[in-house]
Amino acid sequence: MTTTATPAPAEGELPRLRLDVAPLLVLPILALLALPLVGSFPTWVTLTIAGLAMGMMIFIMASGLTLVFGLMDVLNFGHGAFVSVGAFTATLVLLPMQGWMQADSALMNLTALGLAVVLAMLVTGALGWAFERVIVMPVYGQHLKQILITMGGMIVAEQMIHVVWGPDQIPLPLPAAFRGVFLFGDVAIEKYRLLAVAVGLIVFVAMFLVLNRTKVGLLIRAGVENGEMVEALGYRIRRLFVGVFVAGSALAGLGGVLWGLYREMLTAAMGADLMVLLFIVIIIGGLGSVGGCFIGALLVALVANYTGFLAPKIALVSNILLMVAILLWRPQGLFPVAKR
Amino acid sequence: MMLTRILSGDFPRSRILALALLAVVIGLALAPFLFPGARAINVAATICIFVVLAASYDLLLGYTGIVSFAHTMFYGIGAYGVGLSLYNAGPTWGAVFMGLTIALLLSLALALVIGLFSLRVKAIFYAMITLAVASAFAVLASQLSDFTGGEDGRTFGVPELLRPGFRLIEAEIFGTAINGKLITYYLVFFSALALFLLLLRVVNSPFGRVLQAIRENDFRAEALGYRTVVYRTLANCLSAVVATLAGALMALWLRYAGPQTTLSFTIMMDILLIVVIGGMGTLYGAVIGSALFILAQNYLQALMRQASDGLVAVPVLANLFHPDRWLLWLGILFVLSVYYFPTGIVGKLRNLKRSPE
Repeated sequence: MTTTATPAPAEGELPRLRLDVAPLLVLPILALLALPLVGSFPTWVTLTIAGLAMGMMIFIMASGLTLVFGLMDVLNFGHGAFVSVGAFTATLVLLPMQGWMQADSALMNLTALGLAVVLAMLVTGALGWAFERVIVMPVYGQHLKQILITMGGMIVAEQMIHVVWGPDQIPLPLPAAFRGVFLFGDVAIEKYRLLAVAVGLIVFVAMFLVLNRTKVGLLIRAGVENGEMVEALGYRIRRLFVGVFVAGSALAGLGGVLWGLYREMLTAAMGADLMVLLFIVIIIGGLGSVGGCFIGALLVALVANYTGFLAPKIALVSNILLMVAILLWRPQGLFPVAKR
Repeated sequence: MMLTRILSGDFPRSRILALALLAVVIGLALAPFLFPGARAINVAATICIFVVLAASYDLLLGYTGIVSFAHTMFYGIGAYGVGLSLYNAGPTWGAVFMGLTIALLLSLALALVIGLFSLRVKAIFYAMITLAVASAFAVLASQLSDFTGGEDGRTFGVPELLRPGFRLIEAEIFGTAINGKLITYYLVFFSALALFLLLLRVVNSPFGRVLQAIRENDFRAEALGYRTVVYRTLANCLSAVVATLAGALMALWLRYAGPQTTLSFTIMMDILLIVVIGGMGTLYGAVIGSALFILAQNYLQALMRQASDGLVAVPVLANLFHPDRWLLWLGILFVLSVYYFPTGIVGKLRNLKRSPE
């Protein structure tokens, strides 16, 4: 969140930050390059929209991870557990409210969904708070122990899901209003993907505004750049830490609900399975950068979609190839954060 | 003294630990005679192989302070190398050695590339890169199903000498048939013992001391004139080679190579649990950890089943003690051990002796 950040217009005294355009251009260039390869325009639109939706969901889940890392220098290997817990918590609302979910009214569907999301975010937020207190707090500044302990936290959390919700997979059908596709001529777009894009954009814009237009956001950004200085100025950075950790966990919960509905099947390991992808995204974006994370998520999803269509065999390793390519270009990721 | 040379001067330094180690070694050495039955000998062989696997991982995690998640990848390369070679070229010793050589070279090359590419940076970055590479490799192995057999893996024949049907002598000794299975077991056991002692030699050599210096303070090690990148990469390669050998032993023992038994992330977690609970930075921890872990994996579940059956009336508690939840308890133990006894069981035992002073 450094280079994209537009500085506060402080009476025009501060020099404006130079906007780093090159990484922003990668996305449209990639999409345009894919067009002739895919061949047919409607297919291309479908693939692109699907990729964007996927990217948005990944972004929601990864944003918390990168922010927590940027601010606290803590890489939470247990982040995936929040995704699973979020999805499983949503079933507490969605399964009893199956009637509302299947009702032929978008409003009722959205209400049920909204309730599920709120509950999931509350639960994962609370869990994040507990996680920070119990698991992460004693090991600040010790990377090796952090990796081990958050990994252990994930094992325990995953097993606890089994204890609470039983060992079986739970099917989670989409609400009635979001099943099926919109057809524009030959272009088919799944309705649910549009919802995912909308939610993702809302989260991104909200996050962007909070980080760039509020005092808290200013402190967070300052904390990412130089935590000690922020403390020296008299702010309690501990509280910021906890707040960001909770917010990041809640976002993972939200992402979990979206992801669970997208897959329509919940497993306790679904979050852990995503971790590799999330890591790739935040490495591509530049560890600690929210803007980079956004671009990275969209890039990964689009590349996965295009290669999935063009060369299915390569698709599964496409993320790695993408990561290597990006790191060869910019070893610190698309938007390197100054401190690191 | 003979023993000093064998153990490279690195003694258990705790009476209880020494007894436990002795019990494990004797138990494993005589396993086919002491514990009859296919399951017991299988458990014993698995322990032998996991000792090597965990010890080689400890070289990275405990001695050099590198967190890698690609250890199962090298293990898998070993298993698949021998497995696919035997599958394609027929059950001969030549095939075994050809597969092993290819696997070792591949592991070495991969470890070198990953090491040079990412060991310059922070521990966290390396952990993430190895996680990504390992998962890509696992996907690749299951995707190239024409070559690797995909999710089903490959079952293959082993050289004549190692087949269960082969009889070295007709007579039975202490009620145990001297067949190919027994020979394979001792091949696994002695290879594991040799590899373990080799690792013990390595960590107690000047090279091993440098690794520990890097773990404690890499900046200072660099300032003393050691090229930390070179040492880290060497440790990475060495550990990869030993893991590959462990994989090859596993393939010979199981006569099967598949993603679930070699490449899966679950095994990576198992290794992590073993090393941390057993004791990071002490190779003996790998022995104690593997023995406890594999025994728990195979026999704890039966115990938990009893507990669970006894608690049927209490809904959540019964779930907590469900046999499939054994990993929950190990996970909690893992978290606690990272906090309260970072040197694991071995460290705890060694301190026990010192504390009264």
